[in-house]
Amino acid sequence: MSRAVGVLALQGAFREHAQALRRLGAEIQEVRLPADLAGLSGVVMPGGESTTMRRLLATRGLDTALCDFHAAGGALWGTCAGAILLARDIAGDSDVPGLPPALGLLDMAVQRNAYGRQVDSFTTPLTVQELQAPFEAFFIRAPAITRVGAGVEVLAQYGGQPVAVREGRLLATTFHPELSGDDGMHRLFLNLL
Amino acid sequence: MTKSDGVGGRADVQKVQRGFAEMFKGGVIMDVVTADQARIAEEAGATAVMALERVPADIRKDGGVARMSDPKMIKEIIGAVSIPVMAKVRIGHVVEAQILEAIGVDFIDESEVLTPADDQFHIDKQAFRVPFVCGAKNLGEALRRVGEGAAMIRTKGEAGTGNIIEAVRHARTVLGEIRQIQARPAEELMTVARDLSAPYDLVRYVHEHGQLPVVNFAAGGVATPADAALMMQLGLDGVFVGSGIFKSDHPERRAKAIVQAVTHYQNPELLAELSEDLGAPMTGINIDALLPEERLASRGW
Repeated sequence: MSRAVGVLALQGAFREHAQALRRLGAEIQEVRLPADLAGLSGVVMPGGESTTMRRLLATRGLDTALCDFHAAGGALWGTCAGAILLARDIAGDSDVPGLPPALGLLDMAVQRNAYGRQVDSFTTPLTVQELQAPFEAFFIRAPAITRVGAGVEVLAQYGGQPVAVREGRLLATTFHPELSGDDGMHRLFLNLL
Repeated sequence: MTKSDGVGGRADVQKVQRGFAEMFKGGVIMDVVTADQARIAEEAGATAVMALERVPADIRKDGGVARMSDPKMIKEIIGAVSIPVMAKVRIGHVVEAQILEAIGVDFIDESEVLTPADDQFHIDKQAFRVPFVCGAKNLGEALRRVGEGAAMIRTKGEAGTGNIIEAVRHARTVLGEIRQIQARPAEELMTVARDLSAPYDLVRYVHEHGQLPVVNFAAGGVATPADAALMMQLGLDGVFVGSGIFKSDHPERRAKAIVQAVTHYQNPELLAELSEDLGAPMTGINIDALLPEERLASRGW
């Protein structure tokens, strides 16, 4: 399969993802409009502000386009805000006015800002299945995964809750591998393509 | 290594602070003075709101001493939105910063828009868990603030004028000085650090990486989607909009358009569409019409 990988570039830490993927030999396309998805085998959705991204996705029809892209065989990986975009259920959504639906592809429920405000953000070494060394994980106003469906594999946990999960061609991490300078998680994603 | 919840070292705290700042890139941070405005900003797609009592245009008009906002008002805004909330403290006012950290503000702006509390020294930002953003007109100033612990830099521009010229000047100055440092041989960097009045290790970082060690945003004078896209094309990471939204005719429409303009800053067809029918922008002030003491950008040491 082609190694052309998209990085959703609406907002957030997309450059860091692109750098990590380039180090691993992937060809990168920044994705801002549906037409940018042509010829890609996977798309990474970075950390940032999920409500901002959801509005920008919906404004240009990129939400539907990404669901179609996945249905047609594309792989998706969401980190932090990106993981929220993938989740089927998002707690507290109704409190935010006029918020368009997220992609809802991955069978899990998430809670935004589950660890508190920015002063509660932290970094911790994490044991991730299929990675050799502990992974330095940045949790920044991170969401928590509060439920996963039967078909979802849990690759890493923190405090008894899943923080890295995989379902078919979908990968979600509530932390920020793009900030670690460790390309292990990016390798796991490229293995899905 | 342990979880950096007070037992983790300064290096971990700094990584988390700078990492958080990265998440705002390609986004718009909007000044708001009420919970209702904060909701409008969130609904328009702001990545964060800056809670303050008066927008810079009103601070200019009203005069007097501009201080940190009432914590009650900031807490109402924190309660009203799900996105991060920033707030401003006076330059050098360490206690205002302690108060904002205590009420759970996500980012503190040690801002020249408020009346300085100290005419020589800035806050020791390394002493805080909450991250700070500071304004800068040039590279030396930016690196001094980073040295003190700032996790984000923004241009000062000239807040409350609706005039982009100063933000452009500051962005070009900082980015131009970065390019000059990259071209210098390593043995000249100590003298460069002396001339810039900047920490040597940070000058070396800039020499090696060709960028600041923290994100670099535009602020001070952004009034239109085109202004926002201009700052992105110059090479900045994101945009603060102060008076430009809620001093315009149609704040909701303008806010949404500026958010999209920052994402699609390289797409002129889309920018044309986004710039249409927004009503009047804020009136604006010509910089030449300001007295020297009215120029907020000169505050900061």
